[in-house]
Amino acid sequence: MDTQTLIYLFVGASFALYIGIAIWSRVGSTKEFYIAGGGIHPVVNGMATAADWMSAASFISMAGLIAFLGYDGSVYLMGWTGGYVLLALLLAPYLRKFGKFTVPDFIGERYYSDLARLVAVVCLIFISFTYVAGQMRGVGIVFSRFLEVDIDTGVIIGMTIVFFYAVLGGMKGITYTQVAQYCVLIFAYTVPAIFISMLITGNPVPQLGLGSELADGSGMHVLEKLDAVLVDLGFNAYTERTKSMVDIFAITAALMLGTAGLPHVIVRFFTVPKASDARTSAGWALVFIAILYTTAPAVGAFARINFINSVNDTPYSEVAEVYKNYEDLGLVAWKDKNGDGVIQYSAGAPFAGKPEFDGEKRGASGERTVTNEATDNANEAYVDRDIMVLANPEIAGLPGWVVALVAAGSLAAALSTAAGLLLVISSSISHDVMKKTFMPNISDAQELRAARLAAIVAIIIAGYFGINPPGFVAQVVAFAFGLAAASLFPAIIMGIFTKTMNKEGAIVGMLAGLVFTFSYIVFFKFVSPELNVAENWLFGISPEGIGFVGMFINIGSAFLVKRFTAKTPQDVQDLVENIRVPSGAGAGQAH
Amino acid sequence: MSEQPDQTEGAGAARANTAKDRAKVYWRANLKLLGKLLAVWFVVSFGFGILLQPFLDQFQFFGFKLGFWFAQQGSIYVFIALIFIYSHRMRKIDREFGVED
Repeated sequence: MDTQTLIYLFVGASFALYIGIAIWSRVGSTKEFYIAGGGIHPVVNGMATAADWMSAASFISMAGLIAFLGYDGSVYLMGWTGGYVLLALLLAPYLRKFGKFTVPDFIGERYYSDLARLVAVVCLIFISFTYVAGQMRGVGIVFSRFLEVDIDTGVIIGMTIVFFYAVLGGMKGITYTQVAQYCVLIFAYTVPAIFISMLITGNPVPQLGLGSELADGSGMHVLEKLDAVLVDLGFNAYTERTKSMVDIFAITAALMLGTAGLPHVIVRFFTVPKASDARTSAGWALVFIAILYTTAPAVGAFARINFINSVNDTPYSEVAEVYKNYEDLGLVAWKDKNGDGVIQYSAGAPFAGKPEFDGEKRGASGERTVTNEATDNANEAYVDRDIMVLANPEIAGLPGWVVALVAAGSLAAALSTAAGLLLVISSSISHDVMKKTFMPNISDAQELRAARLAAIVAIIIAGYFGINPPGFVAQVVAFAFGLAAASLFPAIIMGIFTKTMNKEGAIVGMLAGLVFTFSYIVFFKFVSPELNVAENWLFGISPEGIGFVGMFINIGSAFLVKRFTAKTPQDVQDLVENIRVPSGAGAGQAH
Repeated sequence: MSEQPDQTEGAGAARANTAKDRAKVYWRANLKLLGKLLAVWFVVSFGFGILLQPFLDQFQFFGFKLGFWFAQQGSIYVFIALIFIYSHRMRKIDREFGVED
């Protein structure tokens, strides 16, 4: 069978599986819709959390980012895993003991205030929609590259699938589809990684291959070779830090704290039967996540080597077909500056900005003509980092079924995260805004209908973002983590670890953290991007890491306001004492 | 909490007091464990992976520079261990204080 047929087969079969699970796991109550009845086994929940967490960005973009950032890419590896330690130790068991449905639910009850609840809903919606938009871009790329449909049709297909299992099955449907999606995506990620590790180093374990000698007989280690080649081409050495230490520190911290404050991750721990299960479940989640996250740096390094070997000093006419496919999509471009028909790859941008093509016009060697002004360095090749994982199997010449597997896996990663995000958005609307604040008299059945309706609206908005992607999607990922680190995370921590933090303090803290982080990012990313250099940053911290400072602003202003306002009522202090011990949590129901 | 409210007022207050103390000691045991584990969490990631990376990179470790290895591999393995150690030790502490769920 040819690769294209295999791709349709793999993607079609995985979609059929997801829809089948959706129909099997229809729900009838809000408890099932919001938290899957609270009876999910901790290992199953760990797997679902891993799929929920690993988005299109993790699957498609992260290895590519690391390939081009080298050591600096460690911020994502440590940041997006270290947050789980905070989740397991500082949040998950207590929130499970609290035993309600949503994150704003906890903030609202702990700070005895509907205003605090609504502030939390605003934070949640902002964080989650930012994130969803990124997933839709991933779905779009995968569909347009692998299924040869246009991006709009691809997004609509993706939305229809999510619609099925999120609206019918709620959290229960999402949980079981996420388990299936985890299996698809991890298989799809590790299989090509093992093949490529074998090809490059002869060691089948990518985590060890990254530290092994190359199989080309040079006797050099992978990282040693990369350092040497990159320095030779005018880049920084792969294993050297290029950002300032303070910035690396702050970005890692913001990503960790943000991870622990992301509502769609936290809410997964509401679905296990007991508080002690929440602890182990977070451990399992990290095991499942680490399988991908420890493989990614190996994939990144191998991809960089492969890319240089297959492109640099290669005549355009001999370059692998896969590059020409991506050139057609505008993700790869070549400007033959010295007119020798051979691609020279080295440090620096080949031309200003993203490639602008002159329609279908071709240059002397058959390449697509790029109209951008050439820069005066020697580099002639432009490559979008996002293609690294997707193109890697083809560059390495792996069989068609591996390519098809990667297509199905990247869709699984994007869809599972999108569904988790859509669920927290819809439940915060139907539960926190409607039931708990403005329409307390609606019945459970009415609330469930509202939740489904909210899910439909959220899917349509997300689909709109997918078809008309805001140009700034890639840049606003920092938003989601920074805002979570500066708003929800400190509010939850103070709610558990102090008995005296009152509603005034928490509300002012969340707003101060949110406004500070939001304005800092907007200023440097959108208002004055030309000022976005280290000299102008506060303490030398880039917008990506500013959520770390935002957290301190949140906590500082919360304690300041607390000193001058009314004490926390006794019943709330009792509630805090109660969530600190695991015993007495309402048992979940098995299904 | 697992304590049932008592019949007689005096005995109830006495028991509430001990229960309260016990909750306090339990919480302190939890915080102590948290402190130790979070110290390790900080040292392997921010310490070895970032602050000490330039220093540690002079040592080779299975074909990696050591600081680089902690930043891209080692810290993640330690994170996993930390969560399971916490979960295991807390289960013991829960049982000791009779507050297991």
